[in-house]
Parts: sequence; C-alpha cells; structure tokens
Amino acid sequence: MNTTVLVLLFGITRDLTGQSAVSVPLSEGMRVGDLLTHLHLQYPELAGIRSLLVAVNGEYAERDQALGSNDEIALIPPVSGG
Amino acid sequence: MVAITTDPIDVTSALEHLHSGQAGAIDLFLGVVRDNTKDRPVDRLEYEAYDRMAISEMQKIADEANRRWPLLRHVIIHRKGTLQTGEMAVLIGVATAHRADAFEACRYIIDTIKETVPIWKKEVFTDGEVWVNAHP
Repeated sequence: MNTTVLVLLFGITRDLTGQSAVSVPLSEGMRVGDLLTHLHLQYPELAGIRSLLVAVNGEYAERDQALGSNDEIALIPPVSGG
Repeated sequence: MVAITTDPIDVTSALEHLHSGQAGAIDLFLGVVRDNTKDRPVDRLEYEAYDRMAISEMQKIADEANRRWPLLRHVIIHRKGTLQTGEMAVLIGVATAHRADAFEACRYIIDTIKETVPIWKKEVFTDGEVWVNAHP
C-alpha cells in the first residue's frame, strides 16, 4: 500500500521550503526520526535550523514515535512567542 | 481563559475576567512590540501560530500554574498576525489572594510560553527580516 502523510510547516520551515505543507511517503513502521531524515534529504536547508521538533496530533513527539496515515504532523522550528 | 486572537487585545475585558472577591492581587504582564532589536530598528513583527497546538500548550501551562500556585483566575491571550511597534502581542493575567503568588505565576506563564508554545515571530526591519530564534 502506497500512502503519504502531510506535514504542516510554519515559520522559517515554510519560508525555506516555499510551502505550507509537504507530502511525505509513509513507509511501514516509519517513525518521527525517519520523517526528519527524509525531510533533511529532500530539503537540505532545513538542516541549518537550530532545533527542529515534530508534533503529532498537536503534541510534541519523540523521535521513536511511530507515525500513522491519519496523524496530523507538523514541523516545529524554535518557538518565539510573547 | 486561554485564547489566540487576530484582534487587538482588550485589557479591560481581561481585567474584568480576573476580578474576584477573594483576590488580594492581580498581576498583568503585557508583551509589547519593541521598536528595536540590538539597536537595529524594527518596523513590525509578524506572528504566526499553529493554533490548535498553541491553545493546548497554553492550556497545559495554565494547568501547571494552577497546580503550583493558588490561582483564583487566569487569562492568557496571544495575538497573531502583523503587529506594529507599541501594539500588545500577549497578555498574561493572574488573580491570587497574595501578591507573591501572582508575581511568580505570571512570570512562570510568560517564560514557559516562550519555551513551548508553537508561536513564531518574524522581525521585519527596514532592510530585511528574520525569524526570531531560528538561526538558520
């Protein structure tokens, strides 16, 4: 089964990629760390960000968290509210 | 109360929400757009939020503040969109019986917002722009 997940982009990640969301192929047993590796290969400029976290379904996710096709995934560059 | 808004933040409404007969202290922190960063003139700030997660992370901070201090009421409002210098970007308000708790809780809330809530600001200068904290 070929499926993809949509990754929401904000702030500098949106500027660097020129997109507000990118589609990533979802492979069997794919984890957050695999997603980051894929994105770094696809968009090398993302590697320059000081700290890039991933949120899954609105919660900060660890690198070993498994991903599913129904997850809402977002890249979280360093925050700077206030 | 926790909220994200594109409208100007209404201090009077926030204060009304904080009023309580049991409160001996009400602390307000207002985060305002400054006209410079390290002596470089700032024209405006552009705030962006991952709304769904920003609300839930701010609610977590409010819950933790309520666990640590005896808060009677709290308000956290963050604005997003384009803000000119002098405009208010964030309002934190807490009401407590005694002032020490109010000061500490207010500081905890704003400091933690800057660490965990997915809201980003871009400083727009007259000669360029930069996402704060990103260091690409």
